[in-house]
Amino acid sequence: MTELICIGCPRGCHLKVDEENGYQVTGNNCPIGAEYGKNELTNPTRVLTTTVRISGGIHNCLPVRSSGPIKKALLMEAVRALKDVEVASPVKKGDVIVHNIVGSGQDMLASRDM
Amino acid sequence: MYDLIIIGAGPAGLSAAVTAYEAGLEKILLIERDSELGGILNQCIHNGFGLHLFKEELTGPEFAGRFIEKLRDTNVEVMSDTMVLDISEDHTVSLVNSSGYQHIKGKAIILAMGCRERTRGAIAIPGSRGSGVYTAGTAQRYMNMDGYLVGKRIVILGSGDIGLIMARRMTLEGAKVLACVEINPYSSGLQRNIKQCLEDFDIPLYLSHTITDIRGYPRVNQVVVSKVDEKFRPIARSEMVFDCDTVLLSIGLIPENELSKSAGIVLDPRTKGPRVWENMETSVDGIFACGNVVQVHDLADNVAAEAKKAALAAARYVQQNRQQDGELELKTAGNVTYTVPQHIHLPLSEKLVEVSFRTNRVFGKCAVVVADREGNAVCRYSREYITPGELQKISIPAKLLEDKEEYLTVKVVEEQK
Ligand SMILES: Cc1cc2nc3c(=O)[nH]c(=O)nc-3n(C[C@H](O)[C@H](O)[C@H](O)COP(=O)(O)OP(=O)(O)OC[C@H]3O[C@@H](n4cnc5c(N)ncnc54)[C@H](O)[C@@H]3O)c2cc1C
Ligand code: SF4
Repeated sequence: MTELICIGCPRGCHLKVDEENGYQVTGNNCPIGAEYGKNELTNPTRVLTTTVRISGGIHNCLPVRSSGPIKKALLMEAVRALKDVEVASPVKKGDVIVHNIVGSGQDMLASRDM
Repeated sequence: MYDLIIIGAGPAGLSAAVTAYEAGLEKILLIERDSELGGILNQCIHNGFGLHLFKEELTGPEFAGRFIEKLRDTNVEVMSDTMVLDISEDHTVSLVNSSGYQHIKGKAIILAMGCRERTRGAIAIPGSRGSGVYTAGTAQRYMNMDGYLVGKRIVILGSGDIGLIMARRMTLEGAKVLACVEINPYSSGLQRNIKQCLEDFDIPLYLSHTITDIRGYPRVNQVVVSKVDEKFRPIARSEMVFDCDTVLLSIGLIPENELSKSAGIVLDPRTKGPRVWENMETSVDGIFACGNVVQVHDLADNVAAEAKKAALAAARYVQQNRQQDGELELKTAGNVTYTVPQHIHLPLSEKLVEVSFRTNRVFGKCAVVVADREGNAVCRYSREYITPGELQKISIPAKLLEDKEEYLTVKVVEEQK
């Protein structure tokens, strides 16, 4: 039995995950918690948010996010890969900045217009 | 003459503007001192916004973007790069921008100026005055908008959400976050942020600890961290020394209320924001307030919801259909430190009265009890867990309050297992 705090939403439910019983989750207040509890022990993932350089925008940096959760172990590598990325203004919210970032299956998207 | 003037275009001001327009107000003006709309959300690039409101996990800029898009379809006038300097009781707003200084008037006003961060001065940390001490929000702005990482080896004082979010951000950017140090025996940030920002990266959280010395000049090179007793006094010989070049302060936010004071609005010393009625009206007729200027919120979703309430009330005020004569004060007891609203008009125009509050300690299984003047319970809400770091909310059915007099008391009681 493993105890976890669900990060699915700010409510922060205290979860108990039973590894011996097919990763059954208790303590969750919604289905997201059940899925998170199982994934966290089998294949932990996170949404990545960071920035890339932008030229010609009102700031030096454009905020970007992954289109979905990527493997936790790939986070550092993904940030490193984004260090050398530079885009030019104008960019629209939702524009794909990098396809399939470090082979994770997710794209990095612009978080705003700039 | 405007129907409504809104000051500040963070999530509170944006949500208020959209709501007031939808409620039928004709001439609305939104004023922002920055060059772009969105307030603090522009620097909060992480996700976790909008779960309540949009049922999606958005980043800060995406969350602001939703409102900015909606605003484009309205006739709300927007004045950015404009600083409001003064508001008077008769609703005159004095402002300055590139076209100079001017006075304008609104039938109603909504204050949505947000918060600023507490700084080192506010808690008087001893030590040298070397560079390398930043508030977490300033470091966040440098990092996320200018692309500048403020240091390589970092100690964070305070476990507020901004500090936690920055711990993760700076770690991903290649800095080493050595510790997060919190004087209270509990974290002041959200549980999920402790998990995903500290534990994910094996950053230790020292509860009941504080920084007792900052060393190094011209740049910080060491901090001393000590354990504290239950009265927050440092315990001798509990010192740990960390070699670091940067200290981030994440020690809380203070509502930005210079303008409220100039308008003669009564502030609550506990929240440091205006005392408000259940419809977010302040002590001055026709001036409303919402968002972080009223109380420090954990979530932009709640800010937007509070702003909606303020905007609907402001619209009702301008359209002049309200009649309220009674009032109930909301008192606190036990471990409840404050409530927002602080008082309620009777009869109520809405079916539910939402009350938010914080406690000064952690509770396990417990109940929030609202009692009347005679001490009888009016309503009761079971809770599994309450921590000071998370803003609590209850909704009281208005019909339970119809015959109540003078005041109600909000308290938290432990429940027997
Ligand atoms: C540094 C920092 C980081 C934060 N990070 C997070 C986070 O990661 N996640 C989260 O959920 N919450 C975070 N918060 C809390 C966040 O502030 C609230 O959730 C929400 O943004 C508050 O909305 P608001 O509209 O009340 O205030 P704000 O977003 O602060 O907006 C207030 C606006 O008013 C403007 N203004 C102020 N005074 C004047 C004036 N005199 N004239 C004209 N304009 C004026 C300001 O420029 C600003 O744009 C953070 C807060 C701060 C201070
Ligand atoms: S289980 Fe559901 S309600 Fe509980 S924290 Fe997770 S997402 Fe939120």
